[in-house]
Amino acid sequence: MKTNRYVFWGMTQSTFIHIFLMGSALTCLFPLFWMVRCSFMTIETVFVDKALIPHHLNLGNFAIAWTKGNFAVYFLNSVIYTACVVTGIVFISSLAAFAFSRLKFPGKDIIFYMFVAAMMIPLPGFFVALFVLMTKLHLINTRFGYVLCMINMGLSMSILLLKTFFDKMPKDLEDAARIDGCSKIGIWWNVALPLARPAIAVIVIFNSLNVWNEYILATLLLSDAKLMPLQRGLMVFQGANSVDYPVLMAGLTMAAVPIIMVYLVMQKYIVKGLSGAVVG
Amino acid sequence: MNRKVKGAAIFKDNLQNFFFVVPALAIFCIFYIYPFYKMINLSFYDWRGIGPMYFIGLQNYKELASDHLWWDSMWHAGYITLIALTFQNALAFALALACDREIRLKRFYRMVFFIPPVLSEIVVGFIWNWILNPQMQNGQYIGLLNHLLYSSGFPQLVHNWLGDPHTALTTIAIVHSWKGFGWGFIMLLAGLQTIDRQFYEAAKVDGASAWKTFTNVTIPMMLPVILVVMILTILGSMQVFVLIIAMVNEGLVNHTDVPVTRIFSAMQNTNRFGYACAEVVIFGMILVCVSFIMKKLSDKAKQA
Repeated sequence: MKTNRYVFWGMTQSTFIHIFLMGSALTCLFPLFWMVRCSFMTIETVFVDKALIPHHLNLGNFAIAWTKGNFAVYFLNSVIYTACVVTGIVFISSLAAFAFSRLKFPGKDIIFYMFVAAMMIPLPGFFVALFVLMTKLHLINTRFGYVLCMINMGLSMSILLLKTFFDKMPKDLEDAARIDGCSKIGIWWNVALPLARPAIAVIVIFNSLNVWNEYILATLLLSDAKLMPLQRGLMVFQGANSVDYPVLMAGLTMAAVPIIMVYLVMQKYIVKGLSGAVVG
Repeated sequence: MNRKVKGAAIFKDNLQNFFFVVPALAIFCIFYIYPFYKMINLSFYDWRGIGPMYFIGLQNYKELASDHLWWDSMWHAGYITLIALTFQNALAFALALACDREIRLKRFYRMVFFIPPVLSEIVVGFIWNWILNPQMQNGQYIGLLNHLLYSSGFPQLVHNWLGDPHTALTTIAIVHSWKGFGWGFIMLLAGLQTIDRQFYEAAKVDGASAWKTFTNVTIPMMLPVILVVMILTILGSMQVFVLIIAMVNEGLVNHTDVPVTRIFSAMQNTNRFGYACAEVVIFGMILVCVSFIMKKLSDKAKQA
């Protein structure tokens, strides 16, 4: 009798847990499903038809957003910015982290702690001074200026992460390479970088998320529609007098899907990066 | 002679090594150190962005101290943070606990809960803005939430969630939690998985109840991780900005303003750069203090 009660209690408990998890998962997914669903409707049906799968699927919104909505330009810009910033961060931060971990020069520790401190101090309204600086340097409304600012945003965290990784790397390979006549740059390129691939993957994924989703600096620094990335472009949409919701939803879908794909492919590195932040 | 040659070689070596950090250091100095200095410097000036700059000492700070809108905005951010700390983190913790066992679909849940965090605030804000739309057309609610409330027999609950000053901030805070709980979930789950199963076994042998095990084993072991998640939640929620712009777009300024929107509008709308910088300095100092206190607490928790 007693075991029965335990089994019963155990089953209700696990059912409850499953309902709880399923419910939360649905709450996460449903708004996205709703976004995609609405992107297939027309301005007439979107307000009245509340069926889960709309009666008439309309594929035209994506084409409208892409051409009339200027999304072809925004999308390309986002891809360019993300690629440039992430590449820049990987090279610059791995060079610096390699030096901090392996090479000797005066002032090394102070410079390193400067980067760490920069990560610890939250800068909520940093954009004010940055805007002033960029105006002075005539880098407002240039791709180059925006990319440099975004590289700076991800630098500290990437250097710290890579340095921790390089510190744990065995020295033997490096010594072997040095005996073979490899220069320091050669060791960085041929030994350190290939070995650091897992850490670089973490850096790539987190910085890609950051750049792809960035909005504040894009608003301040880029007012030319030809230079705007997706997030900024979406805001232009919203600002229109009468919002064409299906087209807006198509635009949102186009902004959300690539980053979700990247996330799904590189998911394990996200878990690794965040677990490292907690446990490591 | 020999020493001199050696010295020169070392110098050359050091210089070579130093060049590895030059790109990072240059970007850091130009785009971080200089703006940092400029921000503090500008906060003592009255400046419209262009034209002459007037040194006014602490005038900006004095004005800020009695600026009700500013301190209101601080409360609003505090309110959002409070909801994120309680509701969002409790949810994240509960979900992490539920996933910290042999359970079907575990990988699926872990994948799904991190989807909202990878979306941008703009996308999240627009989606929820659309779901929460209060308007009616042909006797039907346009927004999904009100439509569901109405058609499932709760017409009294139909509400203009984002348009009503009383509910706007809470609605934003809940959407913010929806977007953010995945971070806490992943970190807490990672922390839970490092707890040695032996502790649970031992508790079971001693006949401890599930609740006793939770309060006496799980919580103390998890305290450092919980504090990290709390610090990140506070810093993230106090600085919430884009989500608010995307959801209400300055529609309800005095009810949904947070410090960053104030800073932004001081700079963009009224062109008061000095004042904006003073706001940044004060806000930054408050955040540094909060994270410093939390850091001290977490060090203490680690020692215990």
